[in-house]
Parts: sequence; C-alpha cells; structure tokens
Amino acid sequence: MFNLLRESLRAGIVTTSYPATPAAVSPHTRGRPEIDWSGWRDVRPAAAVCPTGAISHVDHDGRRTVQFDLGKCIFCGLCAEADTSIRMTNICECAARSRGDLITEAGYTLKPDGAHDRMISPPSSRTLPLDDVAREIQARTRKLLGRSLHIREVDAGSCNGCEVEIVNLNSPVYDLERFGIHFVASPRHADMLLVTGPVTRNMELALKKTYDAMPAPRLVVAVGACGCSGGIFGENYATRGAVDAILPVDVYIPGCPPNPHALLHGILLAIDRLPERT
Amino acid sequence: MTTEFNIVAGLQRPLAEVRKMFRDRIGTVHAPRPNELYVDIPLDLAAGFCAHLHRKWSARLVSVFADDVRDAMNTAFPFPGVDGLASFPPGGSGAPAVPPNGGTTERTGDDAKPRGVAAGVPHRGVFHLYYVYALDQRHGFIIARAAVPADKPEFPSLTDAVHGVNWQEREIQDLFGLKLLGHPNPRRCALHDDWPEVFPLRKDFDLRTKLPPFQGPRHKFREVEGEGVFQVPVGPVHAGIIEPGHFLFSVAGEPVLYLQLRMFYVHKGTEKLFESLPVAHGVRLAESISGDSSFAHATAFCHAVERAAEIEPPPRARALRTLCLELERIYNHLGDIGAICTDVAFVTAHMHALRLKERVMRLNEHLTGNRLLRGMACLGGVRFDFDESQLEQLAQLVATLQPEFAALVELIRDSSGTRDRLETTGVLTPDVARDLGIVGLAGRASGVDRDLRRDFPHAFYEQLRFDIPVLTAGDVQSRLALRREEIFQSFAIINQVAAGMPDGPIRTAVGDIPPDRTALGYVEGWRGEIFHWVRTAPGNRLARCKVKDPSLQNWPALTEAILGNIVPDFPVVNKSFNLSYSGTDR
Repeated sequence: MFNLLRESLRAGIVTTSYPATPAAVSPHTRGRPEIDWSGWRDVRPAAAVCPTGAISHVDHDGRRTVQFDLGKCIFCGLCAEADTSIRMTNICECAARSRGDLITEAGYTLKPDGAHDRMISPPSSRTLPLDDVAREIQARTRKLLGRSLHIREVDAGSCNGCEVEIVNLNSPVYDLERFGIHFVASPRHADMLLVTGPVTRNMELALKKTYDAMPAPRLVVAVGACGCSGGIFGENYATRGAVDAILPVDVYIPGCPPNPHALLHGILLAIDRLPERT
Repeated sequence: MTTEFNIVAGLQRPLAEVRKMFRDRIGTVHAPRPNELYVDIPLDLAAGFCAHLHRKWSARLVSVFADDVRDAMNTAFPFPGVDGLASFPPGGSGAPAVPPNGGTTERTGDDAKPRGVAAGVPHRGVFHLYYVYALDQRHGFIIARAAVPADKPEFPSLTDAVHGVNWQEREIQDLFGLKLLGHPNPRRCALHDDWPEVFPLRKDFDLRTKLPPFQGPRHKFREVEGEGVFQVPVGPVHAGIIEPGHFLFSVAGEPVLYLQLRMFYVHKGTEKLFESLPVAHGVRLAESISGDSSFAHATAFCHAVERAAEIEPPPRARALRTLCLELERIYNHLGDIGAICTDVAFVTAHMHALRLKERVMRLNEHLTGNRLLRGMACLGGVRFDFDESQLEQLAQLVATLQPEFAALVELIRDSSGTRDRLETTGVLTPDVARDLGIVGLAGRASGVDRDLRRDFPHAFYEQLRFDIPVLTAGDVQSRLALRREEIFQSFAIINQVAAGMPDGPIRTAVGDIPPDRTALGYVEGWRGEIFHWVRTAPGNRLARCKVKDPSLQNWPALTEAILGNIVPDFPVVNKSFNLSYSGTDR
C-alpha cells in the first residue's frame, strides 16, 4: 500500500492541459499536408505515389480540376517526397463537421505536356451549406449533450490502429474523464457513437443495430481515414467503405490513426466544447 | 548426400531423405534462397509428406494457402540464382521468356540437377496449394507445392493430424472454392453463412464486386445440452474498446464448459487488394493488416518482396528495423501488462503502464513521425534515419524507462490480490500448446521455445545477444511474466543496437521487381511469427500475397485455456493472449 502511494506521488501529474494549450507533438510528427496551390505545377507525381487516392485530378477540355481529400489521407508523407509544392506539417487536429470540409479543389489550365499552367479557380472546400432547421437541430443536440457525454465505441472493420489510440484517451495523460466524458459498455447508455472503419459487409448489420439501440438525440463520429472515407481499403467485395455510407455522421476525424490529441479535438468539436484559441 | 543446391546446411539432410523416401513421386525441387526450399509433390502425397517432415525433422506446418494459377504463365519454379539455372530475363514487365526447349515440370529424380527450363510453362487449369514447413532447429523452410486440377477442385484435409490448420484449410475452401475432403468440421469460416456463392481469391473474381447486404438466418452454433447448461452470447460488438468477434460460452453455473468462436467480422479483402496495388503501395496496406503490429507486418511484407527481388537492405536500415520492431514490442507489452492488471481490478498499475506506454509512443512519433511507426517501412530499407540527437533520446528513454518499469513490476508483484487472480487462471498446458502449434509469446509462456529472431534471424538479430525467455506454467501470470521479461530483453537489444549503429545509407534502390518469383518473408512480431508470401507479377505488382498473422494460429489456444474457468475471468484470459481480430480476418 505504501509503495502504491509512493509510486503515484513520484509519478506526479502527467495529464496534458490540451486543449487549453496546444497539442504536444514532436516537430517530426506527420500531420496534415500543406499544399502550395498557386505554385503547384504538376499534380501527377504526387497522385502516383499516394496509396489511398487522396490526391487526384480530372482533366476536361483543357482544364484540370485537382482534388485533395484529407479524409482519405493517411499522412504517410510520400507526396511531399515526390513534390516540392507539398509540405508535411505536424498539425494533427483536422476534424470537420462535414465530409465536404475535408475536400479541397482547385482548377488549372492544362499545358500540352500534361503539367498545369496557371490556377484559374482558387482552392475551395466542397462544403454544402446547411439549411436553418438542420443547423438549429445540430446546435441544440450539441448543447444538450455537451456537458456530460457518454460514448460507445464500435470497431466496424478497423485494423485496430484507431482502437490503440482511442484506448489511450483513458490514460492518465489524456484523461478523457476530466471533461465529464466516459466510454460506456452499452449503446443504450450512449450519446455518441465513435465508429472506426471501413465498415465491413460482416459488420454492417451489427453497426446499424448498435446505432438503433441508442437513445436520441445522438451523435456519430467517424474515426480515421478508413472511417472517414474507406481509406486504403475503399469499397470492395468485403467492405462498404466509409461510415457515412451506413449512418449519418456528425464529425469526421482524419488520421491513420488520429493521434489522441486529434481524437480529443474531434470529440470536443462534436459537442462544441473547443476553447477559442488565438 | 546431395550438395548441388545452395541451401543452408540444415536442409541438406532432410532434402536427401525426402528424395530417398519419395523418389520419383516428388517433382521439381528448387531453392531460390538458401533457407527456402520448394518441393513439388502430388496432392495425394500431402499427408505423407507432412507426416515424414514432422516425425523425422520436427517440422512445423506454419502456413497452408492456395494460389489460383489457372491462367498464369510461369509458375514451374522459374527461380534465378541457383546453380544450373537459366537466369531469368532481367527486370521489366512483359511475359516471361519461354525457354528454348519449351520446358516441362521435370522430375529431378535422385541424380538430376535442378532445372531452370521450366520457366514460362503455362500451368493452365490448376490451383496450387502450398504447405510451408519451418524446421526451426535447422534454420530452414521447406515449402511443398501441390497442384489441384480446376476440373476436380478438391483437396484432402490435414486437420485431423495437424489441428492448427483447421481454419486455414476452411479459408481456402471459402475463398478459392476448393472442396475440403475429410475435414471434421468443413463449415464456412472466412465467409459468413449468408455470403452468396463467390470465391473472392480466384483470379476471375473482381475485387470491386458489389454483393447484397448482410441478411439471412443466424449462424447455427453447436448445441451444448444438460441440466443447468445455458449459453452466453457475446459480441460482435463488445463492451470494451476492442475489435469485433463473436464468443458463445456454454456454461454450467459460472465455469465455462465450451467456447465457440466466430471470427472474420472484419474481413476486408486485404489479400485480394494486394493483387490490385503497385507493390510500393502494398507496404502501406501491410501496415493496416493489424494496427498494433504495423511495423512488423510492413517489414515482413518488405522482407518477402526484397527476397523476391534479391536485394538486401543496407546494415543501417537493418539496425533501424530492429530498433522499431523492439519499440513496437515494448509499447504493446506495456499496454497489455496494464490491461491484464485492470481486468483484475488493479487499475493503478494500468495507469502507470499507460503512462509509460505513452512515453514510448511519443518517442515513436518523434523518431518516425507516427506513434504506431507507420510510414517508416519501405522496400529496400527504411524511410527515415535517426540522427544523433534522436538516438540519444532513444537511449535516454530506455535509461529512464527501465527503473520505472522495474518499479511497476514491483507494484504488481506486491499485490497479492492480483497474483491470486492471475496464477492458475487460463492455463494452456505445454502439451495442448504443442498440439495446436501455438506460436509467439503465448507459446513461449507454455513451453514452446520458438522465436524467429533466434531461429531465422534477419534485420540485425544475428549480431545481437539476447535471451528468449520461456515459461511452462501457461497461465495468465506466465503470459504476464513473459511480457515483463521480454521488455527487459528489448531494452538490452535496443542498447546493443544503438551502441553499434552502422553508418551508411538506409535504403537500397529496388528498381523493377522481376515477375513470376515467389518468396517468403517473415518477422517475429511482438505477438508471434508473421509470414508474408508473395508471387510477383509484371509491372511491379503482385499476383498473390498471402498473409499469416500469429493470431490465426493462436485463437484455438483461447478456447482451450478458458475451459473450467469462470466467465468473469474471460476478459483477463482473452487479454493475456491479446490476439488480433483484424490480423486473423484480413
């Protein structure tokens, strides 16, 4: 007993003050890629090395539309090695309320050799505007659930990488409970469904049943590149791809896997509890 | 004794014996690499061949898998680099050259030299079955290959003799449509009951096929009857933050009489997907086979492709791989030690363990850019070097973690309540472990002294001195203690590698990967042995990638270890094995 107390005292407080202070990540951490859109001259080398198709382009009539989908990105950094217009940042807080927020597109004129010429439409996200009723309902839900939130986690097909990090939210370092947020054992006790993917054919029914067992109002958060978009697996004979192919999703947390800061950021975003930081 | 092959000394005698014993029944023999010997056998010899290797040479059947070569050119062992072999056309894509005499799958007989003339022979109309045997003490693999004619798609089961291949054989039946003969329980396994009649790993099945959604009657489990016997179904969605699978307990009171597992809920078509990706993208897919073994799986994959392409990563890359493999072992073992404690209500120990684990994961991120070591592996070496300051931080972490971990070990040892719950709980006896072919740490906690780091060393392991702890009690306490000992060994390994880091490049250029080669890659991950077997295709792609995670082998250990234990102890018994569902289901 004495040893137990001594060890706890010796360890001291290890809990991060995130989100009041910035995420404590190494400068070597690979987070969101940053693209120099206006200086970008050729998307093809980066698109060729991207293992998940997060960087893609469509050529039509002398015009090229280039798309970067953060929801598919696994932050491997191969594009930045192939293309100097792309730089890896260590920013890992990428969660968004709409799938479209994660997708950026820009248009270029096309040169005969296949490279870009000049940017003709600046980068913009594909966010669809919400109507007033939807916005009102979402705000009310967030307010209602934002004080003490109970989360049920469902692995709908993940490789277990996301689970490794979600478990870490219960560590003394991230300590999710300091926000009044708990993981619960049953969907009937849950306000939020935290889902990792890709949703496999064999888990689709179980996922739906879990969602149906939750009381309303409820939130769904899709975790990881696979949860957001199907990731490297995409859709195939055994997977249905992204979580939003099966359930309505409130927040998307990109990453492969998202690190615990990114998970905290996404969960707090879903209930409007991120502090204003300048 | 035959010596015409460039094979490791340990395989010379088994090869000579096999030839003497089976004479002209065996076909082409090939050794593309010194420790990887392929032997063509007729299908009806599979059982006899297995029995011989097992009895005479203590060979373990570590993997059974199939390959669809009904339309493939090649595949009669067109391996280069062995004496007497015609060299393969270098690099590039395109169809393999047909050798001058047309070639056949010639029998080598007792005296014949191996022949390279088989390259380019179309193997129309057959599936291949591969039986991979590990001869641990002889440091070599013998891989038997048998052809299954497409017009008679069936193969004999070895499950009665080798229980460990139960699921592997059924998986072949499900995914290739080859009928299993003589299997004690030939029901579906990899594909659930409601799946339509599809054979996803056949080459004429399209990866992107859209199947109707899951529906249909529930799976019929075996019934356990008797007074006071009832069933407790659990999953696929579990109470904790873990992967999905279904467990059906048959209990009488609290003790478990029988446990049935139903897996493959997270089957993602991974092996099929490998066939459609450029091989470089395959490394990233390998990282997503089992998240907590990202680096081990990616390295096993790279090892296989590198062996096929005949390239060797430079020494510094091999040292960096070793460091990462040990870091992966440490962070997982720390997490498991904590989780085992929390499952018997010693939460304080869990918190300390998570605190230490977090430090390792942050160091992972600092060294490789990702907390799970993702993005680090690549063909021909590794992607990122560690500079002096990073190596210094690594040494610092080991130096500070070691005493803190020792203090945590003391805490757990002092807690008699914890020991009470862990000792004699979930016993897997050495006999059962050997019968089921249990591998990795679960095997070593039950007296199965096997570790690829010692028996088949690559990366940097042959240059290191370390112990392989082995315990025999086989209970949860043993599996906890084994993790503890392995962490201390890993610290020692990291210190040795860091002290003798070779200089030089971290990557060998891979270039074009020659098509139609096969190679076995392997890594001892933290959980156990991981195998990746590849057959290369033109255009830097793979025609087949077989992935064998240790979990697939080890699940039956759980069903044995839980018998007679009470249901409330199931979480801690399960956690003490901590098997990968995604690695099993792929």
